[in-house]
Amino acid sequence: MIDILRQIAVVLGALAFLAICWWAFSPKRKKRFEEDAKLPFADEEPSTDEARGDKDESGDKSGAKQKQGQDK
Amino acid sequence: MTTSVAKTGPVPGYDYKIVRQFTIMSVVWGIVGMGMGVLIAAQLAWPALNDFWQPFSHFGRLRPLHTNAVIFAFGGSVLFATSYYVVQRTCQTPLWGGWLVPFTFWGWQAVIVAAAITLPLGYTSTKEYAELEWPIDILITLVWIAYALVFFGTIAKRKTSHIYVANWFFGAYIITIAVLHVVNNLEIPVAPFKSYSIYSGTKDAMIQWWYGHNAVGFFLTAAFLGIMYYFVPKQAGRPVYSYQLSIVHFWALISIYVWAGGHHLHYSALPDWTQSLAMVMSVILLAPSWGGMINGIMTLSGAWHKLRTDPTLRFLVVSLSFYGMSTFEGPMMSIKTVNALSHNTDWTVGHVHSGALGWVAMISIGALYHLVPVLWKRKEMYSVKLINAHFWLATVGTVLYIAAMWVNGITQGLMWRAFNADGTLTYSFVESVIASHPGYVVRWIGGSLFLLGMLLMAYNVFRTVTETENAAREDNTKAQPVAA
Repeated sequence: MIDILRQIAVVLGALAFLAICWWAFSPKRKKRFEEDAKLPFADEEPSTDEARGDKDESGDKSGAKQKQGQDK
Repeated sequence: MTTSVAKTGPVPGYDYKIVRQFTIMSVVWGIVGMGMGVLIAAQLAWPALNDFWQPFSHFGRLRPLHTNAVIFAFGGSVLFATSYYVVQRTCQTPLWGGWLVPFTFWGWQAVIVAAAITLPLGYTSTKEYAELEWPIDILITLVWIAYALVFFGTIAKRKTSHIYVANWFFGAYIITIAVLHVVNNLEIPVAPFKSYSIYSGTKDAMIQWWYGHNAVGFFLTAAFLGIMYYFVPKQAGRPVYSYQLSIVHFWALISIYVWAGGHHLHYSALPDWTQSLAMVMSVILLAPSWGGMINGIMTLSGAWHKLRTDPTLRFLVVSLSFYGMSTFEGPMMSIKTVNALSHNTDWTVGHVHSGALGWVAMISIGALYHLVPVLWKRKEMYSVKLINAHFWLATVGTVLYIAAMWVNGITQGLMWRAFNADGTLTYSFVESVIASHPGYVVRWIGGSLFLLGMLLMAYNVFRTVTETENAAREDNTKAQPVAA
């Protein structure tokens, strides 16, 4: 009896793995996941990321945030 | 005080105070824990060093202090800091939880201090990586429940529709550690600092290593993969190589890791089929581990040149190389015939530190160097050159450490099982100890280099945090000039 349960568990485990692969890699969801992958950049805090050319933007925002009243 | 870093834009103000607190304590506990490691490494090379304050200074009491300090004090503080940071940034909402948030900080610090007092006094439940006695276990549970409430409460009120993959890894780590901690520490208290486990014999060993291996799998792996999935893309300035692969990586990793703990008990009283199951699952584990490593490293494709100029990114990427190495080594060592040679030798210690120094500590250090300028509104760290020096000290230190332990481990394994023609042992145990001495000295040197790097980091972080506009490097805290 326990052996049948073990075999069922193996088959179900393999099916779950294949289902996850199918779900993740199906072309239908490709676009969606590409968007999701950009989430770390979505709240756009330039931080140390000099490569992103954020200079003018960051100047503006920090001025506003710090309420330094830098009139422009 | 002006700043170069735009904080919010359209996004609500994040709760960075708690992240700053845990970031500073990561550096502090890193130095304490690794300093303790260097001390006990010296005690193994020069045993007289055990005697400076007996019985509190004995290796047997300081060794659990080292492991608890580096795993739970250093690693734990890094994980609190990064998970609180990442969950806010990717859910675009401040932390949920009110007073629970500072409670996790002060509660966790109290746990660490309690460990630092009770372990040298000899209070221990004797379960490896779960030595703390029952009152501290209860405090850990309370802090952990608060942590889970804050983390999942923040996810529940997120502004984004999708839950970013890093949060899946952090979430799995928080839930699994809660289950592991509670189940493994079920014990009957008989005195304020003495208890007996409710398990006994082989069952106790299996529960302990189910806990122990999943502490590696979820605390030291899944959670730090959460760090990888946020900080590697951020530092490289490009999204992760394959988001689809990250989903398969997540489910495969968390569902296979939980079966592998039995490989710590090869050739023991554990039923043979359980050992074999653990061995097979450990070998399968190579696939998701390498899938994740490749996903992290390939994130740099097209941006490899950044490694030349950015030592922070180098920390993150080299940590992935060490992760790949140790997750190859681990499955190999879990094969019974290999384990027959490696078991109980320094090879195991080397394997652990290839993961602990090379993977966990180096990805933590990379994440901290990314975080500090953001949290204190600096353009960059006080000294990028010092980050570079730290990188080389950490890398050389790790390589010396693991090479010494490989040599020692294989030497010990071969000497212990060498037989003469008449069936007697070729070597006495103490001969293998003598043969190990040079390796112990090299390991101590490697660990010292790694610790020296951490001291550079502490200085660099201190200068970054405290420097003012009037300092010599004025530009670092000044707002960047608005481009024309």
